[in-house]
Formats: sequence, structure tokens, C-alpha cells
Amino acid sequence: MASTISQGLLLTVPLAPLAGSLIAGLAGRWVGKRGAHSFTILGVLIALICSVIVLKDVVAGARFNATVYEWMVLGKLVMEVGFLVDGLTAMMMVVVTFVSLMVHIYTIGYMEGDPGYQRFFSYISLFTFSMLMLVMSNNFLQLFFGWEAVGLVSYLLIGFWFKKPTAIFANMKAFLVNRVGDFGFILGIGLVAAYAGSLNYTEVFAKAPEIARLTFPYPMWGGDWMLISVICICLFIGAMGKSAQFPLHVWLPDSMEGPTPISALIHAATMVTAGIFMVARMSPLFELSDTALSFVLVIGSITALFMGFLGIIQNDIKRVVAYSTLSQLGYMTVALGASAYSVAVFHLMTHAFFKALLFLAAGSVIIGMHHDQDIRNMGGLRKHMPITWITSLLGSLALIGTPLFAGFYSKDSIIEAVHATHLPGAGFAVFAVTAGVFVTAFYSFRMYFLVFHGEERFHHKPFPPEHDPAHDDHGDSHAHTPHESPWVVTAPLVLLAIPSVVIGFMAIQPMLYGGFFKDSIVVDAARHPAMTELAEGFHGAAAMALHGLMTLPFWLALAGVVTAWWFYLKQPSVPAAIGRALGPVVRVLENKYYLDWFNEHVLAKGARVLGTGLWKGGDQAVIDGAINGSARGVGGLAAVVRQWQTGRLYTYALVMLLGIFGLLTWRLWPTVVGPYLMNLAR
Amino acid sequence: MGSITLGHYLSLGGILFALSVIGIFLNRRNLIVLLMAIELMLLAVNLNFIAFSHYLPAEADRMAGQVFVFFILTVAAAESAIGLAILVVLFRNRASINVEELDELKG
Repeated sequence: MASTISQGLLLTVPLAPLAGSLIAGLAGRWVGKRGAHSFTILGVLIALICSVIVLKDVVAGARFNATVYEWMVLGKLVMEVGFLVDGLTAMMMVVVTFVSLMVHIYTIGYMEGDPGYQRFFSYISLFTFSMLMLVMSNNFLQLFFGWEAVGLVSYLLIGFWFKKPTAIFANMKAFLVNRVGDFGFILGIGLVAAYAGSLNYTEVFAKAPEIARLTFPYPMWGGDWMLISVICICLFIGAMGKSAQFPLHVWLPDSMEGPTPISALIHAATMVTAGIFMVARMSPLFELSDTALSFVLVIGSITALFMGFLGIIQNDIKRVVAYSTLSQLGYMTVALGASAYSVAVFHLMTHAFFKALLFLAAGSVIIGMHHDQDIRNMGGLRKHMPITWITSLLGSLALIGTPLFAGFYSKDSIIEAVHATHLPGAGFAVFAVTAGVFVTAFYSFRMYFLVFHGEERFHHKPFPPEHDPAHDDHGDSHAHTPHESPWVVTAPLVLLAIPSVVIGFMAIQPMLYGGFFKDSIVVDAARHPAMTELAEGFHGAAAMALHGLMTLPFWLALAGVVTAWWFYLKQPSVPAAIGRALGPVVRVLENKYYLDWFNEHVLAKGARVLGTGLWKGGDQAVIDGAINGSARGVGGLAAVVRQWQTGRLYTYALVMLLGIFGLLTWRLWPTVVGPYLMNLAR
Repeated sequence: MGSITLGHYLSLGGILFALSVIGIFLNRRNLIVLLMAIELMLLAVNLNFIAFSHYLPAEADRMAGQVFVFFILTVAAAESAIGLAILVVLFRNRASINVEELDELKG
């Protein structure tokens, strides 16, 4: 085993973007727009270079796991800043910094002319810092810090155009929904700290088998729960919030109110995968609880399939990609539930590339369309935006899992892994991920055909966009022909398209079967054989692609593409007819399964009713009643007692004398008065 | 008829004291009467002092009680001087020394 990695190198990775963020954010007025993007891009570039060096060292066998700074000590609980660098971390670092760099460059073109230019660069660099702190952490506290910091930046960026009421609503929603998840997450961390007595990963994982024997008293239903299941489910609820799993997914589609670069960076490629990363990192804990894995599996399946359905009926180009992200996150979660953590992380990586590509391409289309996002107004953009077109096509092919493309290797591995699992809920998961392939292909190519092929609808705009005050500076957009975006926009597209195509082919062997994750991910092969079975069936990337041509998922994907082509290019009247025939189903989908309605009218309203009840009943009646009542009681008593204060001297004198008389009688009774009276009586 | 005993003196003192107390309570009109009643109360106490000291067995001790009386008389004189001064100021302000009306402290 080679030597460890230098601590200075590791510190540079998160601190360089932080420095860029501070310069752009605090000194943005002085450094100007050019300064803001130069400094932040430089910071992220340094981070990327250092990450690549770290990755190289890790591949050579180097590891790092140490405390860098001790923040505080509470009894036996040590809170510290530390780094744990192994295969998982190094891969995440490279993915985060690479996608972040692409998005930084892209932003120069996308945010040009926006009054919040420096602020935007400051936020995305701050995000990069937070995400790096999250993935590099070696303890739960720092993980939680990064977790909350990315949530904060996500909030700031969704509401970046803070004059837009919908954006403010969306960022509030994202924040609140994430609070629900974080509540579970912090409960999980609290349980870990309480039972393991430490927040350090290594120490906690060493104690995990001991914790697995404990039970957690659950008085309501009588029985006991396994403590490890409770911990894992609590932690996973955190992941559900951050990685937008059903039913905490509702914030992600709305987060598309933010500028497109952050949709790509935060809400598709990196931040939303934090939950997946966290579960993979916690694999030594999750492996001990079949209950938790089963829960993970079912939640992931629901998300993968049902969010895909929603992607079919969306007309906003970014929302289609957003629902696709939800569905793909569901796939990753399914892989986690099937104990194929490395497959989940592999899909996380490939997805980061092709989904960032798709989002940035969508952003490029939006620029070309002068900020009209309705795909029904597009069509035929192939000729006007050739680079965007070809990169989008590559991204879509990767997304639907075309053999040899990145998405194929990760997604097919997930489907295989689910087949090999035997947990409760596995049957449903197999159905969900297999059906999901068709749905994915259908919505991806529906969007692709509507945007890039067919009739050029942008001349007459059948669905005029609402007036958007955030883009007044772009002037009147009607009757403009779309044009290809500047090179700062297209260059990242090309740079992201390359890994979207080749990364799966290159990385599947080392990442899944080469032991790249062998010391970061723990799988109990006897109980959860998915990875072992996958390894047995794997005979090289090329063979897998060849075999892929003969499997059901490939034909389902092809069927999806053909259906999309037939519906939206060949016979455009068919979807409308189907929509009419399936009216109720479409209505359910358009209302997103009524979850928003449910949240607003049942959960939010219930909370408000409860709050009003507590305010009126608890605060006003009980607390105020007790305080005001005691004040009134004292007042009433005083009103009676004050009658004794006549203000006349002789009354006071009389009372004083009577008092003295009484006191003397009482004190002198046994010695003087009593015997005297006895004497008289005798 | 027997000679005058300590009991006679004490009875006189008690009667004087009771008179002054009754004077305080029955008096509803005049603050001066109130002051006089208090003086009378002090004199009743003085009488007790004198009587007791006179009847002490040891000749040498008899002076002590009488010295007390002088002290009390002096202090009482000073006290009534201040009391009367306050009374004058009170009369200037309120144009009345009626005890019934002096109930500023009424609750």
C-alpha cells in the first residue's frame, strides 16, 4: 500500500472554491464580472486538478483518513473536521469538480447580462465547497454540515431571481421539504452518536455489528425494533429529502424555477446524489438491516416508475429533464436497496455526466428560444443549433441505456442486480425498473423529437409564454429564429458529451468488479448476493454491450423511442386522442398524483389547524389564562384587603394595641396570665 | 385606712394610660388632642417608673428609675415640639387639623 495523500493537497480541494466564492461574493463589486468568473473558475479548476491527482493516488493504492482540525469536545463526543479519502470519495470529488467546472464556464454565457452575475458565481462556488466537504468527510458531523450547506445554497439558487413569486415559493418549498428529510437524518445521526459514542465513520462502523444486536423499544405496537433498522431508516429519510425520493420528491420539479446552470449542477448532477452517496458510504450499517434495505428498495422503485410517468406529460423542457432526474435517482436508490452500492454509485457518476449534459443542452435551447421553455413551441431546432442537437442526442441515448453508452452499463447493471435480490419488495422493484426503461425512452425521445425535429413551430408560437419580468432585458422575443449559443455554452456540452458516451465502457470493469470501492463499500455477500451474481455474469464491457442487444430492457427502450417517434413525428394526432381517451389518468398525472394538493390541504392545513388550536387552546387559554388569572386573583384579594387600610391614625393605633395585647397574652399566658386567672378563680 | 402602697400608684398609672388610649380612639376631631393623649400615655409610664424605683429594696438603686423619667420627659418635650411643628405645617397646607379628614393613606 502506497503512502497517504498529502493533507495540504486535500485541503486545497474544498478551500480553493471557497476562496473563489468569497472573492466573487464579498468583493464582487470591485473585481467586476470578469474578475468574478475568473476567480471562481480558477478556484474550481485548482480543485479539479487536485482531485484528479488524488484520484490517481487512490488508484495507486493511497488512502487518507485523519482528523485535520478538532472543533470541540463534549464529554466523550469529539467534533472534528477530517477527511476520509478512498475510491468512493475520490470519484465523487472528480465528478463534483468536473461538472462544477463545466457549469461555471457555461454560466458565463447563460447568465450574461444578469444583474446578479457575481452573486451567482459566488453561490455556485460555495456550493462546490459544501459538496466537497460533504463527500470528503470522515465523520457524521461534517457530513451534516455539508448536507445543510448544500441545502442552503440550493435554497439561495432556486430563489436566485428573487423578484419572481414562483421562484420564492419554490425555494421555500424545497427548504421545507428538505427540513422533513433532515429531521430524520439528524435523528439517525443522534442515534448513532448515542449508541456508538462516536461520530467518526471508522469507529462507528467498527461498532456496527455490536449495535446490530441491540433492539429499540417501540411501545406503541408492543414489540421491539432492531436498532440498526431504525438508524438506517432515519438516515435514509434524510437521503429521501435530499435525493428527492417519493414522497419527499415534490420540491425537485419546482426547483427548476432557478437558472438552468444550477438545475444542472445542483438539482441533477451533484447535490441530489448526496443521499445516494451517503447511503453508499453507510453501507456497513445498511448491510446489517434487511428491513431498511427493503424499505430503500420499495421507495426507489416507486420513485423510478411513477416519476417517469410524470415526465411524459410535462411540456416545460426543464421539467421533463427534472422528472427524468427523479426517475434516475429512483434507479440509484433501487440499486442501493439491492445491496449493489457500487452499481448505484456507478450510475450516480454516469448520470451526473449525461444529466448535466441534458440540462445544459436544455439551457442552450432556452437561450436559443429567448427564454421560452415550452417544448410545444419548439421543433426543428436541429438545423439552427447543431452542436446542441448532437450533444442532446448523445445525452438522450446515454439516458435511455443504448448499448455502449454510459447509461447502458449502469442501468443494465441495476436491473441485473435487482433480479438477483431476494428481499421483500424485489418483485415490484424488478417490474418498476424494467417498465421504467420504456417510460424513460418514451419521455426522453418525446422531448428530443419535439424540440429538435418536426415542424418549426417557433415562428407562430401556439402556446405563448407568460410574460416573465426576469428577462425583460432580452427584449421582445417573437419572430426570432433560434441561433446556436456562444462557445462558452457549447464547449461544456461537448466536454460533457464525451464522458456521457465513453465513461461507462471505461469504468465498469474497475468500478464494479475491480475492487475500486473494496474498502469503502461493504457488502455481506452471503445475505445479499447481488454483486456476486453480477460479477459472475460479467465478461467484459464489450461482451456486456453485445449481450445487452438481446435483453428485454434494450427492446423496451427501442420500443419507447419508436413509440415516441410515431406519436410525435409521424402521427401527432395520436397523443391527443389517447389523452382524451384516458382523461382521468391524464388528470391524475397533470396534478402529479395530487401530492402537492395533499401536502397543501392536508399536511400544511393540518399543521395550521394544529397550530391555531395550540395557540388558542394552549397559549391563550392555558398559559395566558394562568398568568392573567393569577394577576386577577391577586387584584381581587387586594381589593378586599385594601378596605382595612382606612388611612386613619387611630385605626392603626387600635390595631397596634390589640396586637400588642394579643401577643402579650399569648406569650405570657403560661407564666403570668394563666396562673393569675387560676388564682382569681380559686 | 392603710398607707399608700405600690398598688395605688400602679392603678393610677394604669388609669391614666387607659384614659390616654381611650382619648386616642374616641378623638375624631382634633390632632392636638391626639398629641396630648400621647403625652399623657408617656406620663402614665413615668409614674410607673417612679413608683417602682421608690419601692426598690436597695437605697442605691432608687435613683435609676427617676433618671429614666427625666430622659423620657426630655425626649417627650422634643417630640411634642416636632409634632406641633408638623401640625402647624399641616394646618397651613390643609387648613384643618381634623383627624377624620387626614386619611390620605386610605387604600
